[in-house]
Amino acid sequence: MMAVMTRWWAVAVWFAAASAALASGSLSAQDGDALGQVTYERWCAGCHGLDGTGDGPGAGYMLPRPRDFTQALYQIRTTASGDLPTDDDILAIIDRGMPGTTMPGWEALLSNDEREALVQYLKTFSRFFSADEIPQPLEFSRATRSNADVLAEGERLFREVADCAACHGDGGRGDGESSPALVDDGDFPIPAADLTENWLFNGGGEAEDIYRRLLTGLDGTPMPSLADVITAGVITDEQLWAIAHYVRSLSPDDPPGITEVVRGVLFEDAPLPSSVDDEAWDEIEGAYLPLAGQIIVMPRWFHPRVDGVWVQAAHDGETVAVRVSWSDPNNSPDPEWADWKSQVIALMQPKEGDPPDEGPTPDQLVVQFPMQMPEGMERPFFLRGDNRRPVYIWQWQSDRDGALEGEARGIGTEAFLSGGQDLTVDASHADGQWQVMFTRPLVTEDENDLDFVIGEAIPMALFAWDGDNGESGTRGAVSSWYFLFLEEATPVTVFVAPALAMMLTAALGFLVVGRAQKRERQSGKIKSETPNS
Amino acid sequence: MSDRFELRGVVAPTLMLLVMAGCGGGDGGGASSGGGGGAAMENPVNAATAGNIAGSIMFEGDAPSMDVIDMSSETVCADKHASPQMIQEVVVNSNGALANVFVYVKEGLESLQFPTPAAALLDQNGCVYLPHVLGVMVGQDITIRNSDGLLHNINASPTINRGFNSSQPVSMETTRSFRAAEVMVPLRCDVHGWMTSYIGVLDHPFHSVSSGSGAFSLSTLPPGEYVIEAWHERYGTQTQTVTVTTGETAEVNFTFSASMAQNAVVPLGAPVELHAIAEAS
Repeated sequence: MMAVMTRWWAVAVWFAAASAALASGSLSAQDGDALGQVTYERWCAGCHGLDGTGDGPGAGYMLPRPRDFTQALYQIRTTASGDLPTDDDILAIIDRGMPGTTMPGWEALLSNDEREALVQYLKTFSRFFSADEIPQPLEFSRATRSNADVLAEGERLFREVADCAACHGDGGRGDGESSPALVDDGDFPIPAADLTENWLFNGGGEAEDIYRRLLTGLDGTPMPSLADVITAGVITDEQLWAIAHYVRSLSPDDPPGITEVVRGVLFEDAPLPSSVDDEAWDEIEGAYLPLAGQIIVMPRWFHPRVDGVWVQAAHDGETVAVRVSWSDPNNSPDPEWADWKSQVIALMQPKEGDPPDEGPTPDQLVVQFPMQMPEGMERPFFLRGDNRRPVYIWQWQSDRDGALEGEARGIGTEAFLSGGQDLTVDASHADGQWQVMFTRPLVTEDENDLDFVIGEAIPMALFAWDGDNGESGTRGAVSSWYFLFLEEATPVTVFVAPALAMMLTAALGFLVVGRAQKRERQSGKIKSETPNS
Repeated sequence: MSDRFELRGVVAPTLMLLVMAGCGGGDGGGASSGGGGGAAMENPVNAATAGNIAGSIMFEGDAPSMDVIDMSSETVCADKHASPQMIQEVVVNSNGALANVFVYVKEGLESLQFPTPAAALLDQNGCVYLPHVLGVMVGQDITIRNSDGLLHNINASPTINRGFNSSQPVSMETTRSFRAAEVMVPLRCDVHGWMTSYIGVLDHPFHSVSSGSGAFSLSTLPPGEYVIEAWHERYGTQTQTVTVTTGETAEVNFTFSASMAQNAVVPLGAPVELHAIAEAS
């Protein structure tokens, strides 16, 4: 009897405690610890290591390396440079991830309890965290408005006062004078951020985010805090906002949308763009095609420099022009980047077989099409095709004039035509950006060249290499198949057919209604004629 | 089970609240507050009975050649130097004297508390740090000055202290301090990758950096036995025990050689147990 009473009492107590815990919305400290560790070991340790030192089994394939939590150096914070992050700061990174790195956002995958438990567990890796000191966020002012004057002032401060271009380059693409030698807190090479791709900014790409980064600095990276510059009276807080607005303006208003088709604009009356920097290209919208590392064929490459290319196309019914633009801080081979290159190769190479040849490596671009228009949706294997479905490629290199046309039936089988080229190329490298324009007649006599048809989706894939990042051969960036669609002139029937249809419908309408009315009139007459006679 | 749960649930937050109420919110080692001036505390050393330690640091064998710094991208700095500057990692003069060795009292000061000195200066001049090696006390202000009027950033990567990374785009000064003893805190400029310096943070003021002639001195020490350590950024550390007597200057010399580089454990961010009692009484 007593045993039963005890059991019921114990259940009642457990119930009360569980309700209290649920009501307070948080786990008990013990359960939280356990959940944090379990979650970490399941999802995080593979990269960050069981003891949080950033050298888990996957870390060797990554650049930047996963964070080492033991020093409590966090890039994205609301606290001052050198200070610890707040719990919210850590949670924000777990939720959002770090775009452009291998750290994903976990908000969709893990529950609130799991993520909050993770925050507390991460703190246990570093002795700097203590219950005595709660990190205090900085005071952030409200955003100022952005306008042409603010942007002009921001640009002046960017270039002449804060000298951001020293690392980020004049165009902000990470090609500044000091950029080849930058290393992070782990002594790994780290690129200066490409400020034209704000959707890849760690911590967010809007002006408010940029302002915060300028004040807090990105601890663990070369990016310093400008807080002391304000304290010293060199710039005001309002001017810091101006810098933030200017940096924001270097990227498009909206991140590039996902698109499968690059539209080739038809130039009916005006001449096609004649050079890579022809102003006519500014009117052609184009599309952003993301690239990823080649990780199918050994030696693989997990960390390509080029993460996407902008592709624009135009044609006039006889010639097609395709311009590809992408950020690349150097025109490879560049001796300033020799140290960078050997460091990256040493870091990323060990597991992938033979190291690449020692010689200088250029930047490269390959545009790939099927050799023949496919029937239906069956396209060649995207990595250089196969025997059954070969591909036709345009290949350009930074250390060679002109471009080569070639064909391939699989990786390593590329064969280039030596003479009778119909393909011309015009390339330019400026301010950390390559722009390469290919021109070719739509139809050629060579039967191994694809004939570009108008009004049909032509499969197209792109491949890019930054030579000074150690990239060549299979170590490069790849895309899957997209499409090039050369617009056709709007045929006259498009306008005439609806008009004809309307007229025909109207005529029929009049006919039918007219007859019906006529019948009505006639029957009305008969009715009216029937007497009372 | 439920007992432990209750304890944790109540005691820990209560303690935290009490402590938070007491603290003003801490600041890391990188915050710009600090001691400055010794007005509050008297120097506990009796000058009448004090002694000194002095000596030289020599380098045995041929000094390794240092790379020339290419300052061509920064003409303002290049113009400040009559001759090309070398990386300052190993600086040996024609007499074989080794400069930039950080010498300090590692053990023997018992529990003496010392007043914090006035601010120390770390200057960026001609795109080099002056001095290359600097000793300060816990809490002592370090004035970091940009004398070049062009962009430098000061990126401090300590292990025991909290670091900082601060931008100085024009001629200006920034003040920082460290709040825990640490040998040594590395600093670098990311804009000019050749710029490095080291700061030793101690609980006491008995530190010295060997000059171009290899000389160092630690003065006005209470008599007694001390362990002195010499630290070099490539050749590691050496210690010697020395006895200080009243009115005398004990001579201590250190010799480094190229072979030491292979086995050197160069402590960066090593905590310093200052109040360990020396083995031999």
